[in-house]
Amino acid sequence: MTMKTKKVVVLACSGIGKVYGALARETTYELVDRVRPGVVVTTCLPLLVVEDPEAIQLISDNPVMTIDGCPKSCAQKSVEAHGVKAAKTYQAINFYKAHKELKPDGIAELDANGLQLAAVSADELAQAVDELAAGEET
Amino acid sequence: MDLKILKILKVGLVSCSGEAIPGGTLSRLACRKVLEELRPGETVTICLPLFIAGGKEEREFASSYPTVTVDGCDKRCAQRSTEKLSGKPARALLIPDILKKHGIDLPTSLRNLRPEEKAAAQVVAEEIARTVDEVLNE
Repeated sequence: MTMKTKKVVVLACSGIGKVYGALARETTYELVDRVRPGVVVTTCLPLLVVEDPEAIQLISDNPVMTIDGCPKSCAQKSVEAHGVKAAKTYQAINFYKAHKELKPDGIAELDANGLQLAAVSADELAQAVDELAAGEET
Repeated sequence: MDLKILKILKVGLVSCSGEAIPGGTLSRLACRKVLEELRPGETVTICLPLFIAGGKEEREFASSYPTVTVDGCDKRCAQRSTEKLSGKPARALLIPDILKKHGIDLPTSLRNLRPEEKAAAQVVAEEIARTVDEVLNE
């Protein structure tokens, strides 16, 4: 028997005003590029705002993980606006709370602490990604 | 009161911020450069998905400020979202058009931009700043 592995869609906060938006985005890139390449995919959050059919199809057909940069939770709400419930939702500030030695700085581009925090956080999300990819939605 | 003496003091920037395209990265970097270095005090921004996830205050952004939208690809999410959910932008910029005008290739990196790609962000930022000046002087 072969187990079907799904893609996992990770959607990050699209913010350009806060460090935790940048952290959410960098963590997503770490998942896509390094931690689970070929399994984790992402798309532009604004495509959901303009109701792009391909983006809506992507989140409808695959488990979704959102990483938000502030309590307004745009990533999560943008998914819910299309009748899809994210399988996992995260706030990037909690990545920092779990690793207070890595205080991130920078908005357009993260500093070294921020980049390291994104890498560590992505490693820690790997198990949740694997569960979703295996169809174990919780 | 003579309405002609009322002067616009700030311009709202709405960046594409697309996470999945290099043009989105360029848009974010260029807009932050305008906000922080080129026209601080004369520009404000809003996270694009807040048009959906936010409330009345966020949706009134384009009626509170003349807006300049900056899009990273021809799907024009920033322009279309602003038009649909907030108000008609004063100007709508498209990064591929700006780069073409200056004879610069579109970057290929989503993160960790190479030096020549960072130079492209500077060119885009200067174009945005010039557009901000135009809007302020209207």
